[in-house]
Amino acid sequence: MIKSAAFKQGIKDGIPICLGYLSVSFAFGIFCIEQGLTVLEALLISMTCVTSAGQLAAVPIMASCGSLIELALTQIIINLRYSLMSISLSQKLDETFNARRRCAISFMVTDEIFGVASSQDGKPPKEYFYGLMLTPWFGWATGTLVGAAAGNILPEIVITALAVAIYGMFVAIVVPPARDNRNVLYCVLTAIALSCIFAFVPFLKVVQSGFVIIICSVVASALFAYLKPIGEGERS
Amino acid sequence: MSFNTFLIYLAVTAGTTYLVRVVPMLLVKKEIENKFILSFLYYMPYAVLSVMTIPAIFTATNYIASAVVGFGVAVFLALKNKSLTTVAIAACLGVLATELVITYLF
Repeated sequence: MIKSAAFKQGIKDGIPICLGYLSVSFAFGIFCIEQGLTVLEALLISMTCVTSAGQLAAVPIMASCGSLIELALTQIIINLRYSLMSISLSQKLDETFNARRRCAISFMVTDEIFGVASSQDGKPPKEYFYGLMLTPWFGWATGTLVGAAAGNILPEIVITALAVAIYGMFVAIVVPPARDNRNVLYCVLTAIALSCIFAFVPFLKVVQSGFVIIICSVVASALFAYLKPIGEGERS
Repeated sequence: MSFNTFLIYLAVTAGTTYLVRVVPMLLVKKEIENKFILSFLYYMPYAVLSVMTIPAIFTATNYIASAVVGFGVAVFLALKNKSLTTVAIAACLGVLATELVITYLF
């Protein structure tokens, strides 16, 4: 593939991701305002982090001036899956990817970009990766800006409805594998049970949300990694 | 929270998120073989997203009923393999419709 053609193909493949990001980041922008952040702060978070679940967990910690250690641990735990994707994607990079370029594309390793990049045959030219990452980044930032700014003029009932968008996306990620794999289902149910215990048992309610996410997910994942280690078919 | 305080929180969030992505890209040349670590990393995303969704989604709206409808719509469409965008938008519409009904009919 010629350089400019590869870049254009990347841009084109990034458009559906961009559209998906617009709606989710729109809801994130609204969420930030609800939590007491400013429009500029919401935009800066989306421009520099590009992680839906991570940002959603970070904002309440920021808003309540929680501990920085809690914030860092939460981000590491929630985003640890990106490490796996980075490992996998590193196998798709040709020899033109020096350390500097690897640093550049690492910024945009997300579930959706990983999914599209992984589905390409062989090793796409670096221009393809640049194109593929550019459009979703603009979508993520633009959606956040519009959501944060327009959240003030939309009716309250619409804002409430949009606040569920990110949870809806999480449901869409978790449910299909939980339906197809019984071990994933039981792991998810275990995590939910732990999460509910922390939410409803009186003396556990005081634990910060970031730590609850870490404790519940690590316990459930480690338990099932020990009881039900994955087979060859699940590695991809 | 002052803007300077915010910038510290932003630096920690963006920095840790970036490190999680860039360190393996630069360091890991070989595939992980440890079965426990592979299994842990396989289960973890689903556990994390579940913990973040439940029970939080049920207190994210004005009425628990609308959240239940939104959640139900999302699970139903996800079972049918609908895209992330479709599921997210449908969940919002489910919540909106339920809240409109509760607000104007009761």
